[in-house]
Amino acid sequence: MEMLQQLRTQVQDVMQNAIKLPTTPIRLRDLIRQVRAARTQADERAVVNRECADIRSNFREEDTTWRCRNVAKLLYIHMLGYPAHFGQLECLKLVASHRFTDKRIGYLGAMLLLDEDHEVHILITNCVKNDLNNANQYVAGLALSALGEISSPVMCRDLAGEVERLLKSNNSYLRKKAVLCAFRMIQKVPSLKDGFVPQMQALLSEKNHGVLLTGMVLIRQMCEMGNDELIKFRKMVPSIVRKFKDLIGSGYSPDHDVTGISDPFLQVKILSLLKVLGKNDAEASDQMNDVLATVATNTDGTRNVGNAILYESVLAIMDVKSESGLRVLAVNILGRFLMNPDKNIRYVALNTLLKTVHLDNTAVQRTRSTVLDCLKDPDVSIRRRAMELSFALVNPTNVKSMAKELLTFLETADNEFKQQCSSSLFVMCEKYAPSRKWQMDTMIKALRLSGNYVSDYVVASLIQLIGECNDQQVYAVRELYRCLRDADLDTKQPLVQVACWSVGEYGDLLVSSSAAADDEREPLDLSEREIVRILEGIIRSKHSLLVTREYAINAAMKLSTRFSDAVEPIRDLLEQMATNVSIEIQQRAAEYTSLFEKPQQFRFGIMERMPVVKRGSAADHSLSDVEGGGLTVPNADDTDDLLGYHGEKRDARKKPSPKHSDLVITGTADGHVEAWDPRSGKSEGIINCALPNHLQDGPSHAPFGDYIASMDTKILKIWKRESGKAVTSVEPGSDLNDLCIVPHTGLMFMATEAPKMLSYFIPSLAPHRSGAPFWTT
Amino acid sequence: MIQFMLLFSRQGKLRLQKWYVATEEKQKKRISRDLINVVLQRKPKMCSFLEWKDMKIVYKRYASLYFCCAVDSTDNELITLEIIHRYVELLDKYFGSVCELDIIFNFEKAYFILDEFILGGEVQETSKKNVLKAISQQDVMQEDEAVTSALEEFGLV
Repeated sequence: MEMLQQLRTQVQDVMQNAIKLPTTPIRLRDLIRQVRAARTQADERAVVNRECADIRSNFREEDTTWRCRNVAKLLYIHMLGYPAHFGQLECLKLVASHRFTDKRIGYLGAMLLLDEDHEVHILITNCVKNDLNNANQYVAGLALSALGEISSPVMCRDLAGEVERLLKSNNSYLRKKAVLCAFRMIQKVPSLKDGFVPQMQALLSEKNHGVLLTGMVLIRQMCEMGNDELIKFRKMVPSIVRKFKDLIGSGYSPDHDVTGISDPFLQVKILSLLKVLGKNDAEASDQMNDVLATVATNTDGTRNVGNAILYESVLAIMDVKSESGLRVLAVNILGRFLMNPDKNIRYVALNTLLKTVHLDNTAVQRTRSTVLDCLKDPDVSIRRRAMELSFALVNPTNVKSMAKELLTFLETADNEFKQQCSSSLFVMCEKYAPSRKWQMDTMIKALRLSGNYVSDYVVASLIQLIGECNDQQVYAVRELYRCLRDADLDTKQPLVQVACWSVGEYGDLLVSSSAAADDEREPLDLSEREIVRILEGIIRSKHSLLVTREYAINAAMKLSTRFSDAVEPIRDLLEQMATNVSIEIQQRAAEYTSLFEKPQQFRFGIMERMPVVKRGSAADHSLSDVEGGGLTVPNADDTDDLLGYHGEKRDARKKPSPKHSDLVITGTADGHVEAWDPRSGKSEGIINCALPNHLQDGPSHAPFGDYIASMDTKILKIWKRESGKAVTSVEPGSDLNDLCIVPHTGLMFMATEAPKMLSYFIPSLAPHRSGAPFWTT
Repeated sequence: MIQFMLLFSRQGKLRLQKWYVATEEKQKKRISRDLINVVLQRKPKMCSFLEWKDMKIVYKRYASLYFCCAVDSTDNELITLEIIHRYVELLDKYFGSVCELDIIFNFEKAYFILDEFILGGEVQETSKKNVLKAISQQDVMQEDEAVTSALEEFGLV
């Protein structure tokens, strides 16, 4: 009875202790199950939050039994994307534990949760140092892995000695890891390489593939970092070549072979080291000539592995000073690649040909027909590369046939290609066109096929081309006028713009030209009224772009001085347009109508034929340099144009006539802003605004009133126009997308990555000192 | 060298991530989110490479998992595909015809295998046997410890 009583109290004690003890944390496996069972994102979050709370309280109790399990769970939570950084110190505690299981998870956690910037590194350095000296190779191995991945520069300096020691170790498991550690360390702290260089010779006599492979990586890194090392290691080329020959010639080794090819990983690394060593050095290149030839000829190219080696050998042959025969062999390999059924290999071939086309154009020319076939490839990335390569292959002798092929390609090309293709066609014509007439024909075809996907630069350049060729203007204006009579003008706006400009400028030539030029085609109706009717259609079209309608209204006005019969219809048209909803059209029409009331010589003087813009003038040059950049031409002088700068960025090149802009501001990729006067073609000045974070299409700049605004993704800066001095800057904290300045008010709006549109009122920018609008706070 | 490696499912769930170049946590999240989107949107007949920022992305799909490596723009894409394939072979050998669930439930093992195969963004061992030997010996060390600590708990040692 007494015993029973004793037993009962004992059981009660145990029960009470059990309640006091923390409950056993759930297993990793169970946590994963729970998370996977969660139906919704909210459920998942609830599970994770509950678990994180448990883990935290466990950590707080300094519980050592379950620390390993808790950190493992935390790593899973981290992978799901939840914050897990409160586990960093626990990882360090695990690393310091004497149990291997703890260390394994601890180092894994350290690699995942810490990165170079953490202060905890100071704490981990000592543990790593101890473990590097551990007798167990796996413990030392874990430390080396962690060191190779998360070492900070300070840590590298502290532990370089240990790594140097392990480089001499006779245990290949540790040596290969130490070599890669050294590789990462010298990337972070270049001065450390001096300590490692002496060990390199020994690495080359190594039998173990792991050590050899990592050795190649380290030597290559050293060669890329310093010229002294490069010269030193060049002397080793014969022994590397010998090693390489042994490797290729060695019999079957089940451990290292991949589908009958001996250690492709090692082969590729050796080749890439040879590539660096042989670059710009005739002697070293000569020594590796044979082995490169052997690899390039004998490697079996039926599988990806073999092709990986062939590809690397091609890269090496192209980079070193190899014999011409070898280069031909390399280009032939790429030619074979182009016909390979594997799309990856075709892609690689096109990419490499694109890089080598400047080195050896004649050899690459031979692959031309295959490249052109790739234009029809089902894979879009291959088509893109093929297109770029095709343009690189164009020369004066093949320009006609290539243009034909490329126009065929353009006809069916995806929209994303059209802009690049039409721009490249333009550049190609500029360089190689056999005649101006052919160039115009090709460009008109290109514009017709690319529809609305044409860079504005092409429109402006084509207009300039037509302006320059006095003898071809009749032909050009007839061809373009023919285009205006097509259906579907809405989808070919750039072409319509060029056509409108030409018809306006050379309307007299159009009407007076005889029909002899196009005997076999349907004759054109060239009556003045018909031409004006077509322009009117464009101005009134709801689907035309505003810019196109502006071109058309300018053309109509110009025709009023070139035509004799249709002047009245033009005047009527302009008068009607003076009430147009578009302010730009309305204003233009009103101005033109008032010109009709002035003496006639005014109108004729103003609407005279445009002088040919000189090529190569500074302004023209700067514009073509920043193709696709954010260029803006606001109407700084239009004082009554309330929406003068209405947030719509207009490209400078859309406006061949600079009549209502007084400054062109260009932004360069290196963060400068340059102001140009388009009439004189002179640079007005440069501001270094140091805006490194480009907007998607380059920094954006706009002059307004006496100021110039420049903006990148982080900051808006405002400068005095006269002195280039900074006035103010705005840095809202979220990324900037676009800017809209309301002229003469000091008001500006910014579209940013934040949900709200930001509005600013800067009183000093408002010329009338009118004060803030009533709705601003 | 490999800048980072991601494993993710067809639904875009991250299964494994390894960053060989120090990157901020926020940046990591953004990069993986963007990249997963880009890769998942690609059609099966497209090639396995894409140029992305200043890197080359090499990816391959094995069953429901995408293996995705970001390498330097000068690296050999074709051998990177072989590296991915070798890693898959290693997982396959270790788990015995590996499936996505194996990697979900044993993600730490998948990391251990990766760490024996690649270090600091470069391959360290080209022999499958050596990698698996290192892993299994470390597993044995862990099991021994588990047994010892269990015995200690019961007071038998």
